[in-house]
Amino acid sequence: MHWIGATAVICMILSGWTIYDASPSLPFTFPPWMTLGSWLAAGIAWHLSAMWVLFADGVAYLSYGVLFGHFRRDIRPVGPKAVLRNLGEAVRLRLDHRLGHYNAVQRLLYTGVIVVICLSVVTGFAIWKPVQLGWLTALFGGYPMARHIHLAMMALIVGFLVIHLVLVALYPRTLISMLVPLQAEPDRHGEEGAR
Amino acid sequence: MNRKRVAVTADDIAPEVTQLHRRGFLKRILSLGSLTLLTGCDLSTHSGVDAGLWAMLRFNDRVQAALFSPSRLAETYPASAITRPFRFNAYYPEWQVRSVPAHWCLDVSGSVSDKTSWTLEQLLALPQESQITRHICIEGWSQIGQWSGVPLHVFLRRIGADLRARYVAFKCFDSYSTSIDMASALHPQTILAVDFERAPLTPEWGAPLRLRIPTKLGFKSAKNLQAIEVTNTYPGGYWEDKGYDWFSGS
Repeated sequence: MHWIGATAVICMILSGWTIYDASPSLPFTFPPWMTLGSWLAAGIAWHLSAMWVLFADGVAYLSYGVLFGHFRRDIRPVGPKAVLRNLGEAVRLRLDHRLGHYNAVQRLLYTGVIVVICLSVVTGFAIWKPVQLGWLTALFGGYPMARHIHLAMMALIVGFLVIHLVLVALYPRTLISMLVPLQAEPDRHGEEGAR
Repeated sequence: MNRKRVAVTADDIAPEVTQLHRRGFLKRILSLGSLTLLTGCDLSTHSGVDAGLWAMLRFNDRVQAALFSPSRLAETYPASAITRPFRFNAYYPEWQVRSVPAHWCLDVSGSVSDKTSWTLEQLLALPQESQITRHICIEGWSQIGQWSGVPLHVFLRRIGADLRARYVAFKCFDSYSTSIDMASALHPQTILAVDFERAPLTPEWGAPLRLRIPTKLGFKSAKNLQAIEVTNTYPGGYWEDKGYDWFSGS
């Protein structure tokens, strides 16, 4: 589910850049080699194709997360104290990272990115169907504002991806554990030499 | 009278003529080939990916038709919200805007009972509707404008159009074309506009007659209309044939 969603999100971002370039609302454009789709029509075709993959994968993941307690157990953010403690440890590169268990910073980031992706999908629908889903477009302050929010959500997702990939690079074990089943590691908190 | 001897007879140049024919034939084949290459690769240079994207566009068209409500209206705005200056947009730059042909009239064809052409005066005599709506371009920008004219559903009924036909196609004298589904054509806000901001259309805004359809993206609101056809055969359109999704509903 993670990899289908990740592929769809990457396709959405890269084709979204093609669409952005057709009428940039900020004083820069994305170089064509970074984008998906050779021109606007191709970018839209990619965007509206990957959209269904992301939507289906998202519905499946959200249902799984709610029905099987994944959100409540693993993702639900814990108190700000734990976040600060974990952040401090992370900065000193001493953060404990156990497979099968998310620390407070991870929980916060994952909750954030799930909410942001949901918002990007919903604002996407708002600018795709500003008449048929006019109430939704109005909820985001009208068409131009919904378009700006859609762009801002993209920026947040890209920001998350950068942090996410850096952390994976620091803890490559986590990537391996996603490809081959590894046993969850026991709690080593408080042990001497904990990372 | 002596018949003047012709300098070159047909027989003399026969081999060259044949060669020319062959060359022309070869040329046509080549250009036909390149044409299919072009039309086949509008969305991706990989033919399989291109076919997949086109298939997804057709799927999206069906979803959009299902989402379309014949009675849901596009948001309307007060006159103070009108965008000024209004942005010009066409598939060519503004200096190439076509002026209205002399003796212009609107041609009507296809599944209609009365195929008589319409003059602008006759169109002005029909009931008129005014709207201030948002024009949303497929590129993402948008602007609010004011148009008035004949509701298309009034016109289609007046010409005895088969309202169960699938498409209404529009041809323009600037070589542009587009087409819409019958449900959208019958929407109350779909109008054949004659006025822009309370004044008769000028060439850059689509004189003398343009389509204004706020339930679809901007490129569907064809300017400089020449002919309307009611048909069951998919008509495509200038941008649609290049890869913009056909339904393009808002």
